[in-house]
Amino acid sequence: MTATEVILDPTKRGYWTSDQDVRWCPGCGDYGILAAMQMMHTDLDVKREDTVFVSGIGCAARFPYYMSTYGMHSIHGRAPAIATGLAVARPDLHVWVVGGDGDMLSIGGNHLIHALRRNVNLTILLFNNRIYGLTKGQYSPTSEVGKVTKSTPHGSIDPPFNPISVALGAGATFVARTHDLDRKHMMATFKRAHEHRGAALVEIFQNCNVFNDGAYDNILKRDVRSDKLIDLTHGEPIVFGAEGDKGIMLVDGEATVVNVADVGTDALLVHDETRPEPTVPFAIGRLTEESSGVTPVGVFRSVQAPEYTSAVNDQLVAANAEQGPGDLDALLRSGATWTVD
Amino acid sequence: MTDTASRPVEPDVLDRVVIRFAGDSGDGMQLTGDRFTSASALAGNDLATLPEFPAEIRAPQGTLAGVSAFQVHISDHDIHTPGDAPDVLVAMNPAALKSQLDRLPMGGTVILNGDAFDERNLTKCGYEVDPRSDDTLTGYRVHDVPMTSLTVGATADLDVKKRDAERSKNFFALGLVSWMFSRPLEPTLEWIEDKFGKRPEVVAANTAAFKAGHAYGETAEVFGNPKKVEAAPQEPGTYTNIMGNQALAWGMVAAGQLAKLPVFLGSYPITPASDILHELSNHKNFGVRTFQAEDEIAAAGSAVGAAFGGHLAFTTSSGPGIALKGETIGLAVSMELPMVIIDVQRGGPSTGLPTKTEASDLMLALHGRHGEAPMPVVAAHSPSDCFFAAIEASRLALKYRTPVLLMTDGYLATGSEPWKLPDVADLPDISVEFATEPNMTDEDGNAQFWPFLRDETTLARPWAVPGTPGLEHRIGGLEKADGTGNVSYDPANHGHMTDLREAKVAGIAADISGPVTDLIDGASIAVVGWGSTLGSITSAVDRCRAQGLPVDRIHLTHLAPMHTGLGDLLSRYETVLVPELNKGQLVKVLRAEYLVDAKPISKVIGLPFTASELVEAIRTAAGLAPTIDLTNGASA
Repeated sequence: MTATEVILDPTKRGYWTSDQDVRWCPGCGDYGILAAMQMMHTDLDVKREDTVFVSGIGCAARFPYYMSTYGMHSIHGRAPAIATGLAVARPDLHVWVVGGDGDMLSIGGNHLIHALRRNVNLTILLFNNRIYGLTKGQYSPTSEVGKVTKSTPHGSIDPPFNPISVALGAGATFVARTHDLDRKHMMATFKRAHEHRGAALVEIFQNCNVFNDGAYDNILKRDVRSDKLIDLTHGEPIVFGAEGDKGIMLVDGEATVVNVADVGTDALLVHDETRPEPTVPFAIGRLTEESSGVTPVGVFRSVQAPEYTSAVNDQLVAANAEQGPGDLDALLRSGATWTVD
Repeated sequence: MTDTASRPVEPDVLDRVVIRFAGDSGDGMQLTGDRFTSASALAGNDLATLPEFPAEIRAPQGTLAGVSAFQVHISDHDIHTPGDAPDVLVAMNPAALKSQLDRLPMGGTVILNGDAFDERNLTKCGYEVDPRSDDTLTGYRVHDVPMTSLTVGATADLDVKKRDAERSKNFFALGLVSWMFSRPLEPTLEWIEDKFGKRPEVVAANTAAFKAGHAYGETAEVFGNPKKVEAAPQEPGTYTNIMGNQALAWGMVAAGQLAKLPVFLGSYPITPASDILHELSNHKNFGVRTFQAEDEIAAAGSAVGAAFGGHLAFTTSSGPGIALKGETIGLAVSMELPMVIIDVQRGGPSTGLPTKTEASDLMLALHGRHGEAPMPVVAAHSPSDCFFAAIEASRLALKYRTPVLLMTDGYLATGSEPWKLPDVADLPDISVEFATEPNMTDEDGNAQFWPFLRDETTLARPWAVPGTPGLEHRIGGLEKADGTGNVSYDPANHGHMTDLREAKVAGIAADISGPVTDLIDGASIAVVGWGSTLGSITSAVDRCRAQGLPVDRIHLTHLAPMHTGLGDLLSRYETVLVPELNKGQLVKVLRAEYLVDAKPISKVIGLPFTASELVEAIRTAAGLAPTIDLTNGASA
């Protein structure tokens, strides 16, 4: 152990930083995400001891080691399941789940969709770099078709998951997207996700400068960003472009790129995170570089619904009220009994 | 009704009887057997049961595949098995007769539902000739009773459709057998009221059928005198009849109370373990949380999460699920978190025989994880012992911060026996302390918490749960540096940590009781068992001793670590026999651990050992000729 300065002020980033050396590749997008998370915490009214980060396996899954909170670096794909057990047992905690696209959508896809379906009070961060990094560069379930990697020298064949579609399809009550080049946007998005009661999924576009460098250059580079990226704002018509000259309209149920001048502002889709049905957010989520040349970020959906760990607890409280506190001796005698003198 | 009904009849007294109820899956045979068992338990008999049912929910009606059976052994003395062979076979249809008759020794009693022996049902199970009309039943005492029509007749005055009335015929059979063996009517009548109270027409029909069956026995004058099996001498106390899965669930509740911790169960439905989840789900007022996960892996994972959060965490399954949980159990070994994994074993490999018993997961329990991943393995040996085994597994998990595998099997899970209820005050305190304070100071004098700084005696690491200020730490599946718990790829540290994990589990040997032994002076043969074979082995060893054989009985309650001194004990015998419901798994361990020339006695047909089979195997090993009495034993 190296001697460390003890920082006791939760409004300082250092308070949220562990004593472990960060071991991601230099230039990895994960550094920016970690910084955003630590800085976001300086602005939260939560205690370090009440916060837990649970991760699976992969580059992203090293995340808990670098936070000064409680943490568990578990096994590949299982973080949502482990975190669900922790949250059900301890609804008093703030439980974060961290994983990559392989971890969450391939080996752990089943756990992710069920955590979202149940609406367990978890804040789930999906670091999407569209590649397997820790195993040194195989295509992932979010890689674009035709991806040439070590395991797909002739190009990948299978179409990718759209994480936003998966989450909304699973009934997630909070779904958002951010990216590793915009710390402010990340912090705001993480904060919203943290404040959400229920399962929150945040997809983070993240660059892997070693195995998939420039994964998002075609939408995130400074010179194209304004034409390629839509920052969703609740209650506002969806417009983008350097001059705000483009927008999104629903046409036959599909989110469609239009010129504002052609249709008029009133025809544009007004973004509403709180629509009870996920249909329209789903349509917005289908906008991708491949489908339409634009990619929305921000909060797609944020609705209130019964939360799982609270409901579990409510049943315990109700059982206690109905049956009284458990009495072991009475339990053993609850069936037919007879006495031998 | 004739006046014979009031004629006082003194029942013939038997010391024991084995009755086998068999019928179609839809005939309610499990329920019928279960009711007869409960009434017998309340009458003070010792008893043991063996339910046997197909894996299909409803196999095609009337076929051999659809036969469901329930065997119950009741006695006026201490018994250990459900009986080698039945004395009475109740067959509700031709398929039941055809599939079960060869279990009934010559001279045994067959009670048939004659109404079911129509051409269609006979053809379905492959009888070309009605077995009542040829020599199939020669040598048996046969009672051909038109149970369906008598049931319909008994319910004629009730507002019940004929089709619904026919469904009550199992209660007719139960009534008849209850008369034959002098069982009181009241417990079953009360049970019918209790169970079906919301549907008065069902209560009325079942009650009428049950009473009609009883009256038929009394008035038909073909059954002879009723029989009676007196109460078995039992130690003073309060008793209940308990099934293994129920006892296990109650043991889990008890362990939570004794540990002063909330209980968490992560589980995924699987035969024959699901009833543990069902039972535990009814006890939320004990602070028990049950979580039906999306799969076996998530079930185990959720338990790891709950354990990290400071709960007494369980996951329940059977072999296929345990295989899926392997990686997660390895994580718990690595993170040294307390957790109990319950394996209700069934026939394998793969889906195998889901409803049949087998004990073929021992090697899976001992070694079924990648890497060097030692962990304690505890085995229950009777339905009621499942209660205590759950507490013991929890005690070891909590005290040593380790996952523990608890082994039961389908026979224990669904079998039942009378259980003298323990005094709750006598149950052990298994509570442990959470870490609350830093346990280290760095070179600058700052307080620190080292999650892998071990207790010198138990080698257990501190259990610091989230919410505890100052003890924030990160753990995971990567190798950890001794003490600090920081990720370490240092070769020597990995060797050291591997040794520490091994030593921690090995050290538990000094903290466990057993094995369960029954030793006599001068014995040269040892019969060594584990798990549900205890009853069969006990009966067989008793019979062998009655025949003059010098046999000892040694039953292991812990499979890892092994009992201290076991090797020395086994080295005293000329012959060491190891009966197992597998192809010889414990015997391999004993040979490897102790260089003892132990011999296997194997059985893998989905059924428990009969005592007779074991007697023959022990006699053969002792160089003696087989006895003649192979099928009709079961007297001990």
